[in-house]
Amino acid sequence: MSLSLDEVRNIASLARIDLSDADAEATRDKLNGIFGLIEQMQAVDTDGVEPMSHPQETAQRLRDDRVTEGDRRDDFQRIAPQTEAGLYLVPRVIE
Amino acid sequence: MIDSSLTELRAALDTGKTTSVELATLFLDRIERLNPDLNAFITIDRERALREAAAADARIARKDAGPLTGIPLAHKDVFCTEGVLTTCGSKMLANFVSPYDAHVVGKLRNAGVVMLGKTNMDEFAMGSSNENSHFGATKNPWDVTRIPGGSSGGSAAAVAARMVPLATGTDTGGSVRQPAAMTGVTGIKPTYGTVSRYGMIAYASSFDQAGVFAASAEDCAPVLSAMCGFDPRDSTSLERPGEDYGREIARTPTDPEKPLAGLRIGLPVEFFGEGLANDVRAAIEAALDAYRKLGATTVEVALPNAKLAIPAYYVLAPAEASTNLSRFDGVRYGHRAAEYTDLDDMYRKSRGEGFGAEVQRRILIGTYVLSHGYYDAYYLKAQKLRRLIASDFAHAFEACDVIAGPVSPTTAWKLGAKTDDPVQMYLSDIYTIAINLAGVPGVSLPCGFGADAMPVGLQLVGNHFDEARLLDVAHRYQQVTDWHRRRPEIAA
Repeated sequence: MSLSLDEVRNIASLARIDLSDADAEATRDKLNGIFGLIEQMQAVDTDGVEPMSHPQETAQRLRDDRVTEGDRRDDFQRIAPQTEAGLYLVPRVIE
Repeated sequence: MIDSSLTELRAALDTGKTTSVELATLFLDRIERLNPDLNAFITIDRERALREAAAADARIARKDAGPLTGIPLAHKDVFCTEGVLTTCGSKMLANFVSPYDAHVVGKLRNAGVVMLGKTNMDEFAMGSSNENSHFGATKNPWDVTRIPGGSSGGSAAAVAARMVPLATGTDTGGSVRQPAAMTGVTGIKPTYGTVSRYGMIAYASSFDQAGVFAASAEDCAPVLSAMCGFDPRDSTSLERPGEDYGREIARTPTDPEKPLAGLRIGLPVEFFGEGLANDVRAAIEAALDAYRKLGATTVEVALPNAKLAIPAYYVLAPAEASTNLSRFDGVRYGHRAAEYTDLDDMYRKSRGEGFGAEVQRRILIGTYVLSHGYYDAYYLKAQKLRRLIASDFAHAFEACDVIAGPVSPTTAWKLGAKTDDPVQMYLSDIYTIAINLAGVPGVSLPCGFGADAMPVGLQLVGNHFDEARLLDVAHRYQQVTDWHRRRPEIAA
């Protein structure tokens, strides 16, 4: 498998990462090397094998539906890039 | 005092031979002297450390001390620490001061440890050499032209140079065991789910597990005991009570000459094949001979799918990373680009500027393998391989109690030697990654030196929840050898 430059740009766009043309080129070469390594997986017959997502195969635990944390809005907003009146500021999305 | 074991430090504190403030000062002075050469620390907090040390001294004075009260320790900068910088080795979090403590940090603080600072690491724990840190590479104390291993290389180097007697780390694909091996210290990664991941900045959630670095297995045990136990704040934390991981070490063997009589050590053929450097092989073979003298027997076992661990890992871990790192978008915390045209542009520029090249690559791999049309061929396939690899370990443990082998195919390489070739870098983790896929515990302990006079690590792998035995098996070896007591010249 070999990724084209357009495919790398498309993946970067999906991942919301700004890549310059020079970076996209260098990234493509390295990604193709890595996918060369990953392709070894395809030679193995895994028909009938159950996928494994957790090493202990435990089910996701549910907790009681009750509040366990206090209100720490000020603490958390203190580290935000931009806030105003208790809200996170982002560029306008609706004209 | 610098070379003292935890037991010796405990005795010195309890008998008044020293105080926690004196100990903290001693190690802080060493950190400040050695860090310009080694770059093992990102943050050093003298004022806070001395405050914690004074509190520890008060606890000791009122006979309220536990095994770790007043002992200096450093945390890998992946653990959130309230009021202290937590960068995760990234420009993205270069100014991030967490409003809360990670579970590990809180547990150790309650145990009375004195945090001296935060150690350097590969950005978001992605790397095998510590060269991916936004704050520059950590240097190996045995040879400052070489890497210390990654991603917890700062913690490993700090313990190796005796800048601190204990340090925490995290191990996603070998990031405690590999730097421990390359710097000549002891490091343990427990069973996945044993230590809560709450407040540990996530890389790959089904792999990440906190671990410990110390000079010896005996010193690792009480730290791991203090860190473990169920935490309802982490949905992957196992509902098991805490454990005393030093209990096997404390046991008196029936035959002191053969303390490991009856122990079956499995040697996977796949860990001793092509690619293993001769000098590393020789050190491992000598360690196995020492184990036979201690009464253990060795048996050949097979991990036939272990060769697929790296391809499977480099699908699954980046897939989880691409999801975990989506939270870094410049809105609520972390780096935000100075100029942007709209919200989407702000995301792209903030992430493009904030993440380094290796992190970007892994996010791109993860995004691709999870995308429509590729999910089955990559992600699902890798999950099936994960089961085959985990089954291999289950079968192997029917024939043996502990698996032994190398940690890394070579000793620590020169800085920059593999930075342009990620595939070569990834292949260096060939003996550690399968253990993370199966979620079993692993220890690295010093067992000799290579032809380049760099440390070699022996890896011991146990079945799930077998940490106490693993530490005991490591400890019995350390009672009859002195590799773990050797110090680099810089630590003199």
